[in-house]
Amino acid sequence: MGQGDIWFKGFIFAFAASIPLLLVSLVVVLFFWAWPAIIHFGWSFIFSSAWDPLADNYGALPFIYGTLVSSLIALLIAVPLGLGCAIFISEIYKSKTGEYIALMVELLAAIPSVVYGLWGIFVLAPFSAAYIQPVLGGMFGFLPLFQGPTSGPSLLTGGIILAIMILPTITALSREVLQAVPYSLRESAMALGATRWETFKVAVFGPARSGIIGAIILGLGRALGETMAVTMVIGNRPRVSASLFAPAYSLAAVIANEFAEAVTELNLAVLIELALILLVITIAVNGLARYLVWQTTLKK
Amino acid sequence: MDKLPIKMKAVDLNAWFSGKQALSKINMDVYSNKVTAVIGPSGCGKSTFVRNLNRLHETIPGATVEGAVFLDEENIFKPRYDLVDLRRRVGMVFQKPTPFPTMSIYENAAAGIKLAGRVPRPVVDQAVETALKQAALWNEVKDCLDKPGIGLSGGQQQRLCIARTLAVRPEVILLDEPCSALDPISTGKIEELIHELKKEYAIVIVTHNMQQAARVADFTGFFLLGELVEFDVTGKIFTAPRDKRTEDYVTGRFG
Ligand SMILES: Nc1ncnc2c1ncn2[C@@H]1O[C@H](COP(=O)(O)OP(=O)(O)O)[C@@H](O)[C@H]1O
Ligand SMILES: [Mg+2]
Repeated sequence: MGQGDIWFKGFIFAFAASIPLLLVSLVVVLFFWAWPAIIHFGWSFIFSSAWDPLADNYGALPFIYGTLVSSLIALLIAVPLGLGCAIFISEIYKSKTGEYIALMVELLAAIPSVVYGLWGIFVLAPFSAAYIQPVLGGMFGFLPLFQGPTSGPSLLTGGIILAIMILPTITALSREVLQAVPYSLRESAMALGATRWETFKVAVFGPARSGIIGAIILGLGRALGETMAVTMVIGNRPRVSASLFAPAYSLAAVIANEFAEAVTELNLAVLIELALILLVITIAVNGLARYLVWQTTLKK
Repeated sequence: MDKLPIKMKAVDLNAWFSGKQALSKINMDVYSNKVTAVIGPSGCGKSTFVRNLNRLHETIPGATVEGAVFLDEENIFKPRYDLVDLRRRVGMVFQKPTPFPTMSIYENAAAGIKLAGRVPRPVVDQAVETALKQAALWNEVKDCLDKPGIGLSGGQQQRLCIARTLAVRPEVILLDEPCSALDPISTGKIEELIHELKKEYAIVIVTHNMQQAARVADFTGFFLLGELVEFDVTGKIFTAPRDKRTEDYVTGRFG
């Protein structure tokens, strides 16, 4: 091996090793700064809904709930839509127009979050309160999730804006994954007498499955961490409500909003502990996803 | 040759890719229980021809066809002809082995059967075993049926693809250069297999290897520039061709 190769290998190795190191140092630093809050509240911090800066009493539950539920709503909307769009363009409507539609959807990724937030405040939130929520209430009003007064800024509106924001990620990546499946596999399925739908099921979805899960995870990762647009439409009220129509809060939003105004040492530590929780959630979600991908690729 | 039962018959078959003609006026028969070889230089339309026998050609955007192909005296190009049924009756194996990558050996062999609807597990098991035996693969894989199909060697993968096709119980088998990606030993195995299979099926094999055509085929058609130059008993094509172009090709003077 030449001198250059050794240097190159060393460089790549150092680079690769520095990434876990970065992550570890991130956790250590967050732990250090969050320590006062961690010892002050213990595990009950995670399950408490208190949020009283005057009395220096805090809990993380409303933010965890808001982050998880808004991201879940986003997935429920964006996965069928994005995957459907990708399948339509790569399998059914293979044409210039299809490419054009894809380009438009993928362009959504280029819009800055703050612009989404403004659009959310002026268009989506009023629309959500005036149309989406009443319709959902009418159809599923027997569920507590869809009961109660409507409100423009709400958990539901936050979920919808997230759905729009992660749609391009899911569409673009799953389209790429689907198009990467060799045409010869589709032909093999057709040659066995598969219909169009069966060809997709047998020859395309199988090979593309783990990649599609990966696309969904990346979308979810973006939804969990999204800050600006969410804080502009979610209502910023730290409370766990049964109804999706009620205002809520998210981890990322509360950190961004309150960090500059944190007065006491404990208040600051609490916000950092919330950041730590957000980090743990995203790592856990990614780990779970990777496990799922690994399962589907290895078991078969 | 005149009295043999005809399984498939192409009549004035023309095919195009986006307006560019790839087949011109092909008239050729495929006989039951015989092996028919399609030979000719690369790009002469061999694949296009066989891909019209199961109507796979027209699935390519811009590809068009004219003319007729009869399967048991019924024109497969007539309106509302059942394509699913056609492709189950006329199976195909491709040049590169194409096992489904996320499926086990068993699932690959069973893929076609499962498309036909819900079939009881013992029936599938039986069909998979029969097909793998017919494809001369059973002894090599019977203890690892749930291993991934792509873990097999190239030759084994190709026999798995043959088994996958046989499991559907077709009447005609199209083989498009099935050995061109394989080593000589695997090639030998597949040629032996073709000898066995012709007892039950009509077989069409595309090959650019003339020795292979001479070894396995009863009949041979020589294609050149999208035309069928000559079609005859294999022995005559190789020893006493009528057309000068055929003679040049089989004696290796071009292509
Ligand atoms: N998918 C395709 N699109 C456009 N032209 C094609 C396509 N496949 C084959 N052709 C053209 O059609 C002609 C016949 O090709 P083919 O039937 O694949 O030849 P062979 O199998 O004898 O090598 C060639 O000129 C080739 O370039
Ligand atoms: Mg070919």
